[in-house]
Amino acid sequence: MHIPDGFVDLKTAVFTGVISAGSLAAAIYKVKRYFKTKVIALMGVMSALIFALQMINFSIPGGTSGHLLGGALAAIILGPHAGAIVIAVVLIVQAFVFMDGGVTALGANIFNMAIIGVYGSYFIFWLIRKISKSKVNFFISTAVASWLSVIAASFFAALELGISGTYAMGVTLKAMVLVHMIIGIGEAIITVAVIVFINKVRPDLILTGEGSFE
Amino acid sequence: MTERKNYTFVLVGIIAALTIAMLISVFASSFPDGLEKVAENLGFIGNSREIVPESFFLIPDYTFRAVGSELWQVSLAGMSGVLIILAFFGIIYLIYKAVNKKR
Repeated sequence: MHIPDGFVDLKTAVFTGVISAGSLAAAIYKVKRYFKTKVIALMGVMSALIFALQMINFSIPGGTSGHLLGGALAAIILGPHAGAIVIAVVLIVQAFVFMDGGVTALGANIFNMAIIGVYGSYFIFWLIRKISKSKVNFFISTAVASWLSVIAASFFAALELGISGTYAMGVTLKAMVLVHMIIGIGEAIITVAVIVFINKVRPDLILTGEGSFE
Repeated sequence: MTERKNYTFVLVGIIAALTIAMLISVFASSFPDGLEKVAENLGFIGNSREIVPESFFLIPDYTFRAVGSELWQVSLAGMSGVLIILAFFGIIYLIYKAVNKKR
């Protein structure tokens, strides 16, 4: 879902750029409070892992593919502030080294995938976790949060394209959300698989503390 | 003990990231992604512009141009990405350690 250059106009690029920069500055400020060598090491490993996983496009019906965005994965393991930074680093490297996602669209891409994708999924995760602190509900919350995070990111990407006048808003929104409802299933499967694994071998690495159950 | 355990997860994580980026990546689907497909179907894929010239990018389109084989082009692109990200956080790690030693 990396928006290339040319899909968002100047006002949308500037607006999303300012919001993204502000949100990241706030995230860095918050993370500094619990910055430890272990947190930095885990952020680095998660960032490298999510970059690698984003390279793996899986096919969905209709000659389309999708790949992990990693917003929910980063949020649930690292917490939303460190998670947003980790996804933003991946997006910045992709935009400036790999020509994946436009340089002028970087603000929009960070907003969709690192801000909405991380804080949005963490909010949903937190909401569903309120129902029960059981292990089963931990995995249900993870699955739903990761599925919805992809849909939410695609919704905002479509909104930005609509505001930019690239294509009619309503049609773009419907098409983007529909295809990402399917891609999101892949996101949920991969996210749950990684979290089940980490929860089994090193539950202490789930820094949000959600890996321990009542 | 905890120190050693922390080395383990970093090592395992790096090996996992490199394996995925270098080996599994060559099997990735080459179909357009959700956004590209929507842009094709609705007919605005042509709006895509190269604002920054391709020569600016070190590894455009995940293609490591220095080698000929298509498989190696993807593998080495994946490896470079993982190492660039690790280097970034590695530098932050070292700065953090240096600053905290002085206190």
